[in-house]
Amino acid sequence: MNVTVAGYLYLVAAALFIFGLKRLSSPATARRGNQLAAAGMLLAVVVTLTDRQIVGYGTIVAGLVVGSGIGAVLARRVEMTAMPQLVAAFNGFGGGASALVAAVELLRDPASPLRTLVTIALSALIGAITFSGSFVAYGKLQGIVSGKPVTYPGQRFVDLLIALGTLGVAGWLATTGSPTALWAVLGASLLLGVVRVLPIGGADMPVVISFLNSLSGVAASMAGFVIDSNALIISGALVGASGLILTNIMVKAMNRSLGNVLFAAFGAEAAVAGPGAGEKTARSATPEDVAITLAYARSVIIVPGYGLAVAQAQHVLRELASALESRGVDVKYAIHPVAGRMPGHMNVLLAEADVPYDQLYDLEDINPEFDHTDVALVVGANDVVNPSARDDPSSPIYGMPILDVDRAQHVIVVKRSLSPGFAGIDNPLFYLDKTMMLFADAKKGLGEVVSAIAEL
Amino acid sequence: MAELLIPITVFVLASFVGFEVITKVPPTLHTPLMSGSNAISGITIIGAIIAAGEDVGAVAAVLGFLAVTFATINVVGGFLVTDRMLEMFKKDRP
Repeated sequence: MNVTVAGYLYLVAAALFIFGLKRLSSPATARRGNQLAAAGMLLAVVVTLTDRQIVGYGTIVAGLVVGSGIGAVLARRVEMTAMPQLVAAFNGFGGGASALVAAVELLRDPASPLRTLVTIALSALIGAITFSGSFVAYGKLQGIVSGKPVTYPGQRFVDLLIALGTLGVAGWLATTGSPTALWAVLGASLLLGVVRVLPIGGADMPVVISFLNSLSGVAASMAGFVIDSNALIISGALVGASGLILTNIMVKAMNRSLGNVLFAAFGAEAAVAGPGAGEKTARSATPEDVAITLAYARSVIIVPGYGLAVAQAQHVLRELASALESRGVDVKYAIHPVAGRMPGHMNVLLAEADVPYDQLYDLEDINPEFDHTDVALVVGANDVVNPSARDDPSSPIYGMPILDVDRAQHVIVVKRSLSPGFAGIDNPLFYLDKTMMLFADAKKGLGEVVSAIAEL
Repeated sequence: MAELLIPITVFVLASFVGFEVITKVPPTLHTPLMSGSNAISGITIIGAIIAAGEDVGAVAAVLGFLAVTFATINVVGGFLVTDRMLEMFKKDRP
Protein backbone atom coordinates (compact mmCIF):
# COMPACT_ATOMS: atom_id res chain seq x y z
CA MET A 1 0.00 0.00 0.00
CA ASN A 2 1.05 3.55 -0.73
CA VAL A 3 2.80 5.03 2.33
CA THR A 4 0.68 8.18 2.32
CA VAL A 5 -2.60 6.28 2.08
CA ALA A 6 -1.42 4.04 4.91
CA GLY A 7 -0.59 7.13 6.96
CA TYR A 8 -4.11 8.51 6.55
CA LEU A 9 -5.65 5.17 7.47
CA TYR A 10 -3.55 5.05 10.65
CA LEU A 11 -4.92 8.50 11.45
CA VAL A 12 -8.46 7.13 11.03
CA ALA A 13 -7.56 4.31 13.45
CA ALA A 14 -6.26 6.82 16.02
CA ALA A 15 -9.45 8.88 15.62
CA LEU A 16 -11.53 5.74 16.22
CA PHE A 17 -9.63 5.18 19.48
CA ILE A 18 -10.51 8.70 20.61
CA PHE A 19 -14.18 8.33 19.61
CA GLY A 20 -14.23 4.99 21.41
CA LEU A 21 -12.81 6.47 24.61
CA LYS A 22 -15.27 9.39 24.38
CA ARG A 23 -18.18 6.95 24.38
CA LEU A 24 -16.91 5.49 27.64
CA SER A 25 -18.33 8.62 29.28
CA SER A 26 -21.65 6.79 29.77
CA PRO A 27 -22.48 3.15 30.47
CA ALA A 28 -25.19 3.41 27.79
CA THR A 29 -22.71 4.07 24.97
CA ALA A 30 -19.60 2.42 26.40
CA ARG A 31 -19.99 -0.95 24.74
CA ARG A 32 -20.26 0.62 21.30
CA GLY A 33 -17.23 2.75 22.17
CA ASN A 34 -15.13 -0.30 22.91
CA GLN A 35 -16.24 -1.85 19.62
CA LEU A 36 -15.25 1.32 17.75
CA ALA A 37 -11.79 1.18 19.30
CA ALA A 38 -11.50 -2.50 18.38
CA ALA A 39 -12.49 -1.64 14.80
CA GLY A 40 -9.75 1.00 14.78
CA MET A 41 -7.25 -1.63 15.91
CA LEU A 42 -8.36 -4.06 13.22
CA LEU A 43 -7.95 -1.32 10.59
CA ALA A 44 -4.45 -0.53 11.85
CA VAL A 45 -3.46 -4.21 11.75
CA VAL A 46 -4.82 -4.74 8.22
CA VAL A 47 -3.04 -1.62 6.94
CA THR A 48 0.20 -2.81 8.51
CA LEU A 49 -0.10 -6.28 6.98
CA THR A 50 -0.14 -4.70 3.51
CA ASP A 51 2.94 -2.67 4.38
CA ARG A 52 6.15 -2.15 2.58
CA GLN A 53 8.96 -3.73 4.60
CA ILE A 54 7.31 -7.08 5.23
CA VAL A 55 9.16 -9.92 3.51
CA GLY A 56 7.70 -12.99 5.24
CA TYR A 57 4.30 -13.65 6.77
CA GLY A 58 5.01 -16.96 8.53
CA THR A 59 6.17 -15.52 11.84
CA ILE A 60 3.45 -12.86 11.82
CA VAL A 61 0.59 -15.27 11.25
CA ALA A 62 1.96 -17.67 13.87
CA GLY A 63 2.13 -14.86 16.42
CA LEU A 64 -1.34 -13.56 15.57
CA VAL A 65 -2.90 -17.01 15.87
CA VAL A 66 -1.15 -17.97 19.11
CA GLY A 67 -1.79 -14.54 20.66
CA SER A 68 -5.47 -14.44 19.66
CA GLY A 69 -6.04 -17.90 21.11
CA ILE A 70 -4.39 -17.10 24.43
CA GLY A 71 -6.04 -13.67 24.66
CA ALA A 72 -9.51 -14.99 23.88
CA VAL A 73 -9.27 -17.84 26.38
CA LEU A 74 -8.00 -15.53 29.14
CA ALA A 75 -10.74 -12.97 28.44
CA ARG A 76 -13.55 -15.54 28.46
CA ARG A 77 -12.42 -17.60 31.44
CA VAL A 78 -11.50 -14.86 33.90
CA GLU A 79 -13.63 -14.42 37.02
CA MET A 80 -14.66 -10.81 37.59
CA THR A 81 -12.95 -10.91 41.00
CA ALA A 82 -9.68 -11.73 39.18
CA MET A 83 -9.94 -8.77 36.80
CA PRO A 84 -7.05 -6.83 38.43
CA GLN A 85 -4.65 -9.74 37.82
CA LEU A 86 -5.77 -10.06 34.22
CA VAL A 87 -5.33 -6.36 33.52
CA ALA A 88 -1.91 -6.52 35.17
CA ALA A 89 -0.97 -9.42 32.88
CA PHE A 90 -2.24 -7.60 29.78
CA ASN A 91 -0.26 -4.50 30.80
CA GLY A 92 2.78 -6.73 31.07
CA PHE A 93 2.30 -8.28 27.63
CA GLY A 94 1.85 -4.82 26.05
CA GLY A 95 4.98 -3.47 27.71
CA GLY A 96 6.92 -6.59 26.77
CA ALA A 97 5.85 -6.26 23.13
CA SER A 98 7.04 -2.63 23.02
CA ALA A 99 10.43 -3.62 24.45
CA LEU A 100 10.77 -6.42 21.88
CA VAL A 101 9.88 -4.09 18.99
CA ALA A 102 12.71 -1.81 20.11
CA ALA A 103 15.05 -4.81 20.39
CA VAL A 104 14.35 -6.04 16.85
CA GLU A 105 14.79 -2.52 15.45
CA LEU A 106 18.21 -2.33 17.05
CA LEU A 107 19.28 -5.72 15.73
CA ARG A 108 18.09 -4.67 12.26
CA ASP A 109 20.25 -1.57 12.23
CA PRO A 110 22.72 -1.08 15.11
CA ALA A 111 24.13 1.93 13.24
CA SER A 112 20.89 3.92 13.59
CA PRO A 113 21.19 7.66 14.23
CA LEU A 114 21.46 8.84 17.84
CA ARG A 115 17.83 9.95 18.09
CA THR A 116 16.60 6.49 17.08
CA LEU A 117 19.01 4.82 19.51
CA VAL A 118 17.78 7.05 22.34
CA THR A 119 14.16 6.07 21.68
CA ILE A 120 15.13 2.40 21.32
CA ALA A 121 16.83 2.54 24.71
CA LEU A 122 13.80 4.25 26.32
CA SER A 123 11.32 1.87 24.71
CA ALA A 124 13.32 -1.19 25.81
CA LEU A 125 13.74 0.20 29.32
CA ILE A 126 10.13 1.28 29.96
CA GLY A 127 8.67 -1.76 28.20
CA ALA A 128 10.79 -4.24 30.15
CA ILE A 129 10.05 -2.57 33.51
CA THR A 130 6.34 -2.70 32.67
CA PHE A 131 6.65 -6.36 31.75
CA SER A 132 8.38 -7.63 34.88
CA GLY A 133 6.65 -5.19 37.25
CA SER A 134 3.23 -6.23 35.92
CA PHE A 135 3.92 -9.91 36.37
CA VAL A 136 5.10 -9.40 39.95
CA ALA A 137 1.85 -7.46 40.54
CA TYR A 138 -0.02 -10.34 38.89
CA GLY A 139 1.70 -12.79 41.23
CA LYS A 140 0.82 -10.73 44.29
CA LEU A 141 -2.83 -10.36 43.30
CA GLN A 142 -3.10 -14.03 42.39
CA GLY A 143 -1.47 -15.05 45.67
CA ILE A 144 1.57 -16.67 43.99
CA VAL A 145 3.91 -14.02 45.43
CA SER A 146 3.46 -12.79 49.00
CA GLY A 147 1.03 -9.87 49.14
CA LYS A 148 3.07 -8.45 52.01
CA PRO A 149 5.77 -5.93 51.22
CA VAL A 150 9.06 -7.77 50.73
CA THR A 151 11.77 -5.77 52.47
CA TYR A 152 15.30 -6.24 53.75
CA PRO A 153 17.96 -3.97 55.27
CA GLY A 154 19.75 -1.77 52.75
CA GLN A 155 17.02 -2.33 50.18
CA ARG A 156 16.81 1.30 49.09
CA PHE A 157 20.56 1.39 48.49
CA VAL A 158 20.46 -1.80 46.42
CA ASP A 159 17.45 -0.53 44.46
CA LEU A 160 19.20 2.76 43.82
CA LEU A 161 22.26 0.91 42.51
CA ILE A 162 20.07 -1.17 40.17
CA ALA A 163 18.25 1.95 38.96
CA LEU A 164 21.52 3.80 38.30
CA GLY A 165 22.97 0.72 36.62
CA THR A 166 19.90 0.49 34.36
CA LEU A 167 20.22 4.13 33.36
CA GLY A 168 23.93 3.58 32.79
CA VAL A 169 23.49 0.67 30.37
CA ALA A 170 20.64 2.58 28.67
CA GLY A 171 23.09 5.42 28.07
CA TRP A 172 25.61 2.91 26.73
CA LEU A 173 22.98 1.52 24.33
CA ALA A 174 21.88 4.99 23.19
CA THR A 175 25.41 6.10 22.38
CA THR A 176 26.85 2.92 20.85
CA GLY A 177 23.96 0.85 19.48
CA SER A 178 25.78 -2.24 20.73
CA PRO A 179 23.62 -5.40 20.83
CA THR A 180 25.43 -6.39 24.05
CA ALA A 181 24.19 -3.13 25.57
CA LEU A 182 20.67 -4.03 24.40
CA TRP A 183 20.70 -7.31 26.35
CA ALA A 184 22.12 -5.47 29.35
CA VAL A 185 19.30 -2.88 29.22
CA LEU A 186 16.62 -5.55 28.92
CA GLY A 187 18.10 -7.57 31.79
CA ALA A 188 18.62 -4.61 34.11
CA SER A 189 15.14 -3.20 33.40
CA LEU A 190 13.48 -6.55 34.06
CA LEU A 191 15.33 -6.76 37.36
CA LEU A 192 14.37 -3.17 38.22
CA GLY A 193 10.67 -3.90 37.60
CA VAL A 194 10.83 -6.87 39.96
CA VAL A 195 12.67 -5.16 42.81
CA ARG A 196 10.47 -2.05 42.53
CA VAL A 197 7.12 -3.87 42.81
CA LEU A 198 8.10 -6.57 45.36
CA PRO A 199 8.26 -4.13 48.31
CA ILE A 200 4.77 -2.77 47.61
CA GLY A 201 1.94 -4.20 49.71
CA GLY A 202 -1.14 -5.93 48.29
CA ALA A 203 -3.44 -3.10 49.39
CA ASP A 204 -1.54 -0.68 47.18
CA MET A 205 -1.88 -2.82 44.04
CA PRO A 206 -4.70 -0.64 42.59
CA VAL A 207 -2.21 2.20 42.38
CA VAL A 208 0.51 -0.02 40.97
CA ILE A 209 -1.73 -1.47 38.24
CA SER A 210 -2.93 2.01 37.25
CA PHE A 211 0.64 3.26 37.09
CA LEU A 212 1.83 0.26 35.06
CA ASN A 213 -1.15 0.85 32.76
CA SER A 214 0.19 4.33 32.17
CA LEU A 215 3.71 2.99 31.61
CA SER A 216 2.46 0.45 29.05
CA GLY A 217 1.03 3.40 27.10
CA VAL A 218 4.26 5.37 27.34
CA ALA A 219 6.20 2.29 26.18
CA ALA A 220 3.93 2.03 23.11
CA SER A 221 4.53 5.72 22.40
CA MET A 222 8.28 5.21 22.64
CA ALA A 223 8.03 2.29 20.22
CA GLY A 224 6.17 4.74 17.95
CA PHE A 225 9.16 7.10 18.09
CA VAL A 226 11.40 4.18 17.15
CA ILE A 227 9.46 3.10 14.07
CA ASP A 228 8.26 6.62 13.17
CA SER A 229 4.58 5.85 13.63
CA ASN A 230 2.15 8.57 14.65
CA ALA A 231 -0.53 5.97 15.31
CA LEU A 232 1.61 4.43 18.05
CA ILE A 233 2.63 7.78 19.47
CA ILE A 234 -0.98 9.03 19.68
CA SER A 235 -2.49 5.83 21.06
CA GLY A 236 0.30 5.36 23.55
CA ALA A 237 -0.09 8.93 24.77
CA LEU A 238 -3.86 8.43 25.26
CA VAL A 239 -3.23 5.39 27.42
CA GLY A 240 -0.39 7.09 29.26
CA ALA A 241 -2.76 9.94 30.18
CA SER A 242 -5.56 7.57 31.14
CA GLY A 243 -3.33 5.55 33.43
CA LEU A 244 -1.99 8.69 35.10
CA ILE A 245 -5.51 9.98 35.79
CA LEU A 246 -6.53 6.67 37.36
CA THR A 247 -3.30 6.54 39.37
CA ASN A 248 -4.03 10.01 40.68
CA ILE A 249 -7.62 9.11 41.63
CA MET A 250 -6.38 6.03 43.50
CA VAL A 251 -3.65 7.77 45.49
CA LYS A 252 -6.09 10.55 46.44
CA ALA A 253 -8.66 8.00 47.60
CA MET A 254 -5.97 6.46 49.81
CA ASN A 255 -4.70 9.84 50.98
CA ARG A 256 -1.21 8.98 49.74
CA SER A 257 1.21 10.23 47.16
CA LEU A 258 2.53 8.17 44.28
CA GLY A 259 6.05 8.43 45.70
CA ASN A 260 4.79 7.19 49.05
CA VAL A 261 3.08 4.18 47.47
CA LEU A 262 6.07 3.26 45.32
CA PHE A 263 8.76 3.71 47.93
CA ALA A 264 7.28 3.46 51.44
CA ALA A 265 6.44 -0.29 51.76
CA PHE A 266 3.17 0.66 53.48
CA GLY A 267 1.79 -2.07 55.69
CA ALA A 268 5.22 -3.49 56.45
CA GLU A 269 5.20 -2.28 60.05
CA ALA A 270 3.34 -4.50 62.50
CA ALA A 271 -0.28 -3.56 63.11
CA VAL A 272 -0.81 -1.60 66.31
CA ALA A 273 -4.08 -2.21 68.12
CA GLY A 274 -6.16 0.90 68.67
CA PRO A 275 -6.07 2.46 72.13
CA GLY A 276 -8.38 0.76 74.58
CA ALA A 277 -9.80 -1.58 71.98
CA GLY A 278 -10.73 -4.07 74.68
CA GLU A 279 -12.81 -1.70 76.79
CA LYS A 280 -15.42 -0.77 74.25
CA THR A 281 -18.35 -3.01 73.50
CA ALA A 282 -19.97 -3.59 70.16
CA ARG A 283 -23.67 -4.43 69.92
CA SER A 284 -24.19 -7.81 68.31
CA ALA A 285 -27.43 -8.33 66.38
CA THR A 286 -29.31 -11.33 65.00
CA PRO A 287 -30.36 -11.63 61.34
CA GLU A 288 -33.95 -11.03 62.53
CA ASP A 289 -32.98 -7.70 64.19
CA VAL A 290 -31.25 -6.66 60.99
CA ALA A 291 -34.23 -7.71 58.87
CA ILE A 292 -36.66 -5.64 60.94
CA THR A 293 -34.42 -2.55 60.90
CA LEU A 294 -33.98 -2.75 57.14
CA ALA A 295 -37.55 -3.69 56.23
CA TYR A 296 -39.12 -0.78 58.12
CA ALA A 297 -36.64 1.83 56.90
CA ARG A 298 -37.57 4.36 54.23
CA SER A 299 -34.08 4.63 52.80
CA VAL A 300 -31.08 2.32 52.88
CA ILE A 301 -27.60 2.95 51.55
CA ILE A 302 -25.52 -0.17 51.01
CA VAL A 303 -21.74 0.15 51.35
CA PRO A 304 -20.02 -2.86 49.79
CA GLY A 305 -16.34 -3.59 50.40
CA TYR A 306 -13.99 -6.16 49.00
CA GLY A 307 -15.00 -8.60 51.76
CA LEU A 308 -18.31 -8.86 49.91
CA ALA A 309 -16.56 -10.12 46.80
CA VAL A 310 -14.31 -12.48 48.78
CA ALA A 311 -17.43 -14.06 50.28
CA GLN A 312 -19.06 -14.14 46.81
CA ALA A 313 -22.06 -12.40 48.35
CA GLN A 314 -22.87 -9.95 45.52
CA HIS A 315 -25.85 -11.97 44.31
CA VAL A 316 -27.43 -12.47 47.72
CA LEU A 317 -26.88 -8.75 48.41
CA ARG A 318 -28.81 -7.95 45.25
CA GLU A 319 -31.59 -10.30 46.38
CA LEU A 320 -31.72 -8.42 49.66
CA ALA A 321 -31.91 -5.08 47.82
CA SER A 322 -34.73 -6.39 45.60
CA ALA A 323 -36.65 -7.65 48.63
CA LEU A 324 -36.33 -4.24 50.27
CA GLU A 325 -37.34 -2.40 47.10
CA SER A 326 -40.44 -4.52 46.72
CA ARG A 327 -41.39 -3.32 50.22
CA GLY A 328 -40.99 0.28 49.05
CA VAL A 329 -37.57 0.96 50.59
CA ASP A 330 -35.33 3.33 48.62
CA VAL A 331 -32.04 1.50 48.04
CA LYS A 332 -28.75 3.01 46.86
CA TYR A 333 -25.19 1.74 46.76
CA ALA A 334 -22.24 3.87 47.88
CA ILE A 335 -18.99 2.93 46.16
CA HIS A 336 -15.68 4.09 47.59
CA PRO A 337 -12.97 4.46 44.92
CA VAL A 338 -10.86 1.78 46.62
CA ALA A 339 -13.77 -0.56 47.42
CA GLY A 340 -12.33 -3.18 45.07
CA ARG A 341 -8.85 -4.20 43.99
CA MET A 342 -8.63 -1.77 41.07
CA PRO A 343 -10.40 1.45 40.02
CA GLY A 344 -14.10 0.75 39.41
CA HIS A 345 -13.74 -2.93 40.35
CA MET A 346 -16.71 -3.01 42.76
CA ASN A 347 -18.97 -1.53 40.09
CA VAL A 348 -18.12 -4.40 37.75
CA LEU A 349 -18.71 -6.97 40.50
CA LEU A 350 -22.14 -5.46 41.24
CA ALA A 351 -22.99 -5.17 37.54
CA GLU A 352 -22.26 -8.88 37.26
CA ALA A 353 -24.84 -9.45 40.02
CA ASP A 354 -27.40 -7.47 37.94
CA VAL A 355 -27.35 -4.36 40.11
CA PRO A 356 -28.53 -1.51 37.83
CA TYR A 357 -25.74 1.01 37.38
CA ASP A 358 -27.98 4.01 38.14
CA GLN A 359 -28.17 2.79 41.75
CA LEU A 360 -24.40 3.06 42.18
CA TYR A 361 -23.17 6.34 43.62
CA ASP A 362 -19.67 7.79 44.01
CA LEU A 363 -18.23 9.11 47.22
CA GLU A 364 -18.89 12.81 46.53
CA ASP A 365 -22.46 12.21 45.35
CA ILE A 366 -23.56 9.97 48.19
CA ASN A 367 -21.87 11.51 51.25
CA PRO A 368 -24.39 14.38 51.66
CA GLU A 369 -27.20 11.77 51.64
CA PHE A 370 -26.20 9.83 54.77
CA ASP A 371 -27.56 12.63 57.00
CA HIS A 372 -31.11 11.89 55.92
CA THR A 373 -30.82 8.14 55.43
CA ASP A 374 -32.41 5.67 57.84
CA VAL A 375 -29.94 2.81 57.57
CA ALA A 376 -26.42 2.42 56.23
CA LEU A 377 -25.63 -1.26 55.58
CA VAL A 378 -21.89 -1.93 55.50
CA VAL A 379 -20.87 -5.29 54.04
CA GLY A 380 -17.23 -6.34 54.03
CA ALA A 381 -15.89 -2.79 54.19
CA ASN A 382 -13.83 -1.38 57.04
CA ASP A 383 -11.20 1.31 56.56
CA VAL A 384 -13.28 3.23 53.99
CA VAL A 385 -16.00 3.78 56.62
CA ASN A 386 -13.66 4.48 59.56
CA PRO A 387 -14.67 7.84 61.09
CA SER A 388 -11.21 8.33 62.62
CA ALA A 389 -9.92 9.02 59.10
CA ARG A 390 -12.10 12.14 59.32
CA ASP A 391 -12.01 13.00 63.04
CA ASP A 392 -8.81 11.72 64.62
CA PRO A 393 -5.62 13.51 63.51
CA SER A 394 -3.51 10.85 65.28
CA SER A 395 -4.95 8.04 63.15
CA PRO A 396 -2.60 6.59 60.54
CA ILE A 397 -5.36 6.93 57.94
CA TYR A 398 -6.33 10.48 58.96
CA GLY A 399 -7.24 12.50 55.88
CA MET A 400 -8.30 9.55 53.76
CA PRO A 401 -11.70 10.31 52.22
CA ILE A 402 -14.36 8.07 53.75
CA LEU A 403 -18.04 7.33 53.33
CA ASP A 404 -19.85 9.10 56.20
CA VAL A 405 -21.96 6.09 57.21
CA ASP A 406 -21.86 7.16 60.88
CA ARG A 407 -24.16 10.06 59.96
CA ALA A 408 -27.04 7.75 59.04
CA GLN A 409 -29.76 7.09 61.67
CA HIS A 410 -28.70 3.47 62.04
CA VAL A 411 -25.65 1.56 60.93
CA ILE A 412 -25.56 -2.17 60.31
CA VAL A 413 -22.16 -3.78 59.79
CA VAL A 414 -21.90 -7.31 58.42
CA LYS A 415 -18.47 -8.63 59.30
CA ARG A 416 -16.91 -11.87 60.46
CA SER A 417 -15.34 -10.40 63.60
CA LEU A 418 -14.05 -7.16 65.08
CA SER A 419 -10.62 -7.75 63.56
CA PRO A 420 -9.04 -4.66 62.03
CA GLY A 421 -8.80 -4.17 58.27
CA PHE A 422 -5.87 -4.05 55.87
CA ALA A 423 -4.26 -1.09 57.57
CA GLY A 424 -4.56 -2.78 61.00
CA ILE A 425 -6.49 0.13 62.46
CA ASP A 426 -9.33 -0.12 64.98
CA ASN A 427 -12.67 1.23 63.78
CA PRO A 428 -14.72 3.35 66.27
CA LEU A 429 -17.76 2.94 64.00
CA PHE A 430 -18.27 -0.57 65.38
CA TYR A 431 -18.72 0.74 68.95
CA LEU A 432 -21.26 3.50 68.27
CA ASP A 433 -24.67 3.26 69.99
CA LYS A 434 -26.40 3.44 66.62
CA THR A 435 -24.35 0.56 65.18
CA MET A 436 -25.43 -3.07 65.22
CA MET A 437 -22.97 -5.76 64.22
CA LEU A 438 -24.05 -8.88 62.39
CA PHE A 439 -21.11 -11.21 62.98
CA ALA A 440 -21.26 -13.60 60.05
CA ASP A 441 -19.82 -14.57 56.72
CA ALA A 442 -21.36 -12.04 54.32
CA LYS A 443 -23.03 -14.61 52.08
CA LYS A 444 -24.50 -16.68 54.92
CA GLY A 445 -25.47 -13.67 57.04
CA LEU A 446 -27.19 -11.80 54.22
CA GLY A 447 -28.97 -15.01 53.16
CA GLU A 448 -30.44 -15.30 56.67
CA VAL A 449 -31.51 -11.66 56.57
CA VAL A 450 -33.28 -12.24 53.24
CA SER A 451 -35.18 -15.23 54.70
CA ALA A 452 -36.07 -13.23 57.79
CA ILE A 453 -37.46 -10.38 55.67
CA ALA A 454 -39.57 -12.85 53.70
CA GLU A 455 -41.17 -13.99 56.97
CA LEU A 456 -42.09 -10.50 58.17
CA MET B 1 17.28 16.49 17.55
CA ALA B 2 15.20 18.67 15.22
CA GLU B 3 13.74 15.52 13.66
CA LEU B 4 12.14 14.68 16.99
CA LEU B 5 10.18 17.95 17.12
CA ILE B 6 7.15 16.71 15.18
CA PRO B 7 6.75 13.35 16.94
CA ILE B 8 7.17 15.04 20.31
CA THR B 9 4.53 17.61 19.34
CA VAL B 10 2.16 14.79 18.40
CA PHE B 11 2.89 13.04 21.70
CA VAL B 12 2.24 16.13 23.83
CA LEU B 13 -0.96 17.12 22.02
CA ALA B 14 -2.29 13.55 22.13
CA SER B 15 -1.60 13.47 25.88
CA PHE B 16 -3.76 16.59 26.31
CA VAL B 17 -6.55 15.00 24.27
CA GLY B 18 -6.20 11.90 26.45
CA PHE B 19 -6.54 13.90 29.67
CA GLU B 20 -9.61 15.75 28.33
CA VAL B 21 -11.39 12.63 27.13
CA ILE B 22 -10.54 10.36 30.07
CA THR B 23 -11.48 12.90 32.74
CA LYS B 24 -15.08 12.57 31.54
CA VAL B 25 -15.23 8.83 32.14
CA PRO B 26 -17.34 8.18 35.28
CA PRO B 27 -15.79 6.14 38.14
CA THR B 28 -18.30 3.35 37.58
CA LEU B 29 -16.56 2.59 34.26
CA HIS B 30 -12.98 2.86 35.47
CA THR B 31 -12.26 -0.87 35.26
CA PRO B 32 -13.52 -1.21 31.65
CA LEU B 33 -11.66 2.04 30.89
CA MET B 34 -8.46 0.50 32.14
CA SER B 35 -8.86 -2.79 30.30
CA GLY B 36 -10.05 -0.99 27.15
CA SER B 37 -7.27 1.58 27.11
CA ASN B 38 -4.93 -1.28 27.87
CA ALA B 39 -6.10 -2.96 24.67
CA ILE B 40 -5.47 0.32 22.81
CA SER B 41 -1.88 0.36 24.12
CA GLY B 42 -1.60 -2.94 22.27
CA ILE B 43 -1.28 -0.73 19.16
CA THR B 44 2.35 -1.65 19.51
CA ILE B 45 1.17 -4.69 17.50
CA ILE B 46 1.87 -2.53 14.43
CA GLY B 47 5.51 -2.30 15.38
CA ALA B 48 5.51 -5.99 16.25
CA ILE B 49 4.14 -7.00 12.84
CA ILE B 50 6.73 -4.90 11.05
CA ALA B 51 9.47 -6.32 13.29
CA ALA B 52 8.34 -9.91 12.70
CA GLY B 53 8.07 -9.38 8.94
CA GLU B 54 11.68 -8.39 8.49
CA ASP B 55 14.48 -10.78 7.69
CA VAL B 56 17.16 -9.99 10.27
CA GLY B 57 18.24 -13.43 11.45
CA ALA B 58 17.09 -16.11 13.84
CA VAL B 59 17.31 -14.14 17.11
CA ALA B 60 15.31 -11.25 15.68
CA ALA B 61 12.76 -13.70 14.28
CA VAL B 62 12.18 -15.22 17.72
CA LEU B 63 11.90 -11.78 19.30
CA GLY B 64 9.54 -10.68 16.51
CA PHE B 65 7.34 -13.72 17.02
CA LEU B 66 7.18 -13.04 20.77
CA ALA B 67 6.40 -9.37 20.11
CA VAL B 68 3.44 -10.23 17.85
CA THR B 69 2.19 -12.88 20.28
CA PHE B 70 2.39 -10.58 23.32
CA ALA B 71 0.78 -7.65 21.52
CA THR B 72 -2.01 -9.85 20.15
CA ILE B 73 -2.79 -11.25 23.61
CA ASN B 74 -2.97 -7.66 24.81
CA VAL B 75 -5.24 -6.49 21.97
CA VAL B 76 -7.60 -9.47 21.58
CA GLY B 77 -7.84 -10.25 25.29
CA GLY B 78 -8.21 -6.59 26.24
CA PHE B 79 -11.05 -5.76 23.86
CA LEU B 80 -12.89 -9.04 24.53
CA VAL B 81 -12.80 -8.77 28.29
CA THR B 82 -13.86 -5.12 28.14
CA ASP B 83 -16.82 -6.09 25.97
CA ARG B 84 -17.71 -8.84 28.42
CA MET B 85 -17.75 -6.36 31.29
CA LEU B 86 -19.64 -3.61 29.49
CA GLU B 87 -22.31 -6.09 28.46
CA MET B 88 -23.13 -6.54 32.16
CA PHE B 89 -23.78 -2.85 32.83
CA LYS B 90 -27.56 -2.49 32.65
CA LYS B 91 -29.89 0.25 33.71
CA ASP B 92 -33.11 -1.79 33.72
CA ARG B 93 -34.12 -3.42 36.94
CA PRO B 94 -34.03 -7.18 36.61
